[in-house]
Amino acid sequence: MTAPAGAAHGPDAAHAEHHHEPSFLRKYVFSTDHKVIAIQFLFYSLFFLLVGGALAMLIRWQLGFPGQPLPGAGVLGDEAAPGGVIAPKFYLSLVTMHATYMIFFAVMPLLVGTFANYLIPLKIGAPDMAFPRLNMWSFWLMIPAGVLALAGLVVEGGSAAAGWTAYAPLANTPDYTGVTTGQILWCLSIAVFAASSLLGSVNYITTIINLRAPGMVWFRLPLSVWALFITAILAILAVPILAGAVIMLLFDQILHTHFYLPAVGGQPLLWQHLFWFFGHPEVYILILPAMGIVSEIIANGSRKPIFGYHTMVYAIIGIAFLGWMVWGHHMFQSGMNPILGTSFMVSTVLIAVPTAIKVFNWMGTMWRGRLWLHTPMLNAIAFVAMFVIGGLSGIFMASTPVDMYIHDTYFIVAHIHYVLFGGSLFAIFAGIYFWFPKMFGRMMNERLGKLHFWTTFVAYNATFFPMHLLGIAGHMRRIYDPNAYRFLQPLQPLNTFISVSAFVLFAAQLPFIVNFFWSMFRGRPAGMNPWRDNGLEWTVPSPPPHGNFAATPKVLHGPYEFSHPDTGEDFLPQDQPLPTRPGA
Amino acid sequence: MGADARPQLRMTHGRQVEYGLGVYSGKLGMWVFLCSEVMFFTALIGAYIILRWGSSQSWPDPTKVLNITLTAFNTFLLICSSVSMVKAYAAISHGDQRGLRLWLLATVAGGAAFVGVQVYEYLHLIHDGVLPSGFREGGEIMEALTRAGLPTGGHELFGAAFFTMTGFHGFHVSCGVLCMIWVTIKAFRGHYTQAHHEGIEVIGLYWHFVDLVWIILFTIVYLF
Repeated sequence: MTAPAGAAHGPDAAHAEHHHEPSFLRKYVFSTDHKVIAIQFLFYSLFFLLVGGALAMLIRWQLGFPGQPLPGAGVLGDEAAPGGVIAPKFYLSLVTMHATYMIFFAVMPLLVGTFANYLIPLKIGAPDMAFPRLNMWSFWLMIPAGVLALAGLVVEGGSAAAGWTAYAPLANTPDYTGVTTGQILWCLSIAVFAASSLLGSVNYITTIINLRAPGMVWFRLPLSVWALFITAILAILAVPILAGAVIMLLFDQILHTHFYLPAVGGQPLLWQHLFWFFGHPEVYILILPAMGIVSEIIANGSRKPIFGYHTMVYAIIGIAFLGWMVWGHHMFQSGMNPILGTSFMVSTVLIAVPTAIKVFNWMGTMWRGRLWLHTPMLNAIAFVAMFVIGGLSGIFMASTPVDMYIHDTYFIVAHIHYVLFGGSLFAIFAGIYFWFPKMFGRMMNERLGKLHFWTTFVAYNATFFPMHLLGIAGHMRRIYDPNAYRFLQPLQPLNTFISVSAFVLFAAQLPFIVNFFWSMFRGRPAGMNPWRDNGLEWTVPSPPPHGNFAATPKVLHGPYEFSHPDTGEDFLPQDQPLPTRPGA
Repeated sequence: MGADARPQLRMTHGRQVEYGLGVYSGKLGMWVFLCSEVMFFTALIGAYIILRWGSSQSWPDPTKVLNITLTAFNTFLLICSSVSMVKAYAAISHGDQRGLRLWLLATVAGGAAFVGVQVYEYLHLIHDGVLPSGFREGGEIMEALTRAGLPTGGHELFGAAFFTMTGFHGFHVSCGVLCMIWVTIKAFRGHYTQAHHEGIEVIGLYWHFVDLVWIILFTIVYLF
């Protein structure tokens, strides 16, 4: 599509043209354009990423320098940080809200808000989502959800403090945490979040099934779209379980019901089962889109077709399917029947098989490729490496006997951060660097990008790898002052080291922020296809016009035709015909 | 072979697209949404089963606490409204505008009456001392159970489960009635034709789903 944006190609194109310039509000605020909604989600979730990161810094201050006043922490008020020393109750709110912001308001909206919205219609050759107005609502519901989640910081009694898992009966009554309003706000926030997620997922599934351009058959779909499709199916089935569970928790608090209160026959284990029945598919909601993004970028950066496209698809489906029958591995220590634990152990370890297939396929893709180590590619390779570590530490916890020892220790904190930061977040950074030129029409600065990547990569490992050691030494998660236990006192230097690394990690995000905003206005103009990639999104101008495609594209082959021997270029967009070899 | 030659393409909004499941987007979206609803009610019904049959505590006999006759009548009303929904769809499929409008009105009436009866039932129960937090001490229900020599234990969960499950169903019916009123207004404005009446089919799917959920709830909450 080298035609200028103004050129019309038949009736379809005329339809896609701007008949009238929409008002500012319609265009940028209450927009139904999937690209604008994706960018709204991007700003929204990057804001929460920053807030969640700031809370983590407070946590690390307390663990690295327990009981010492944090300079400037006086602004938090006397209840949260008397004299600048973080109070125990506030500390519990910090760990709860750090996880809540990061999981529900940063990583999930980045993956299934930003990337799903941006990539699905562009990559399948559609002008927009199937239900653009529902799509707008899915973003605007996130505003009240986010406000409710933030409101806990200012209300009487502080934020929810029962952990992001809100275990019963800890979260049910204020007797244990001293938090009343904050916990109610948390429940409401999650319920509204669930509604937003529902609208998004209905849209993604319908769009992918119904709006693929001619020729975009299932096995020509880019892996990112496959991953987002399966993720949307997981979300549509898992999130309502959380909604139901959280509503019952809310009723326990405001209507004084006893769903999870054991005193009169309620069942605390019921909460755990419902929560993790949602919670484990949620883990894959947070990682499958990241895997999809990384698959795109590794093929691009290796200038080779992805290794084992079909097995990649089947592995995504396999992981998603197995993900439904493993939730009990979060509950080995809950008093659940131990025989049940064994079956959950087996199903959990089975997930290693499709996961390993994916990892070997990524390595197979890079093998003997002509590596182009652009910033997205570096982040994508980091994803694979870090995800392997996170995946392997997962095997430890999946084994019931080992889990008995490391359950609820820093080993699990290390694991979750290796998969959620080392995995999802590196993939998100890869994705932002990769599609930023398409979103804003300008390149991000490569030098700042590489600076950001390397400092993040080193500081990240320095922060989270030692946590494995803490966990093996018996350091419990979520404790306020490890020095209260004599056996943890010798670990204080390690804790201090981790905290300093964490501060460096936080500071290392500065080049990214500078790069992001500077490049938006001052970056080098990107052109249509700066990464020489094959996806349909690279066949339209950057940023793409409203309606995306001047004429409906015709898809002629799969998305990974890199370095085809019979083409002049080392890439071949999906709407360009495969060369026919004479005599073949 | 070019993409044009393949038979499995179809048109939507004047554009050619790849053949999906052969279901238009509105209907497909509703099906996906209903999958989500199934999971939501699964959480509630699953919790009910665990709380009632997985606990050692006794459970008040629903037939002694709840008005089965009234609710059976209400169930009948809801099923009738599903029938009228089918009739409305059948009418517009044959291009019968008058039939569409009448049957839609009947459906709205059935749904609204269902919600009305449920509100009446709730007010009665609360008056008799059946509360989400348990039976009120000294309330009508407590006294009646004691008089009849029936166990009164386990009631703390009975009210919670009853109001949550039937309440969420009632909320779904209420939303359905509101949407149905909107659809009826559109029908009176001549929005639906023999060729294009997707809206009727889509809301019909929702309506039948809510009806189906009620049959399950009525069985396990009232009859068992």
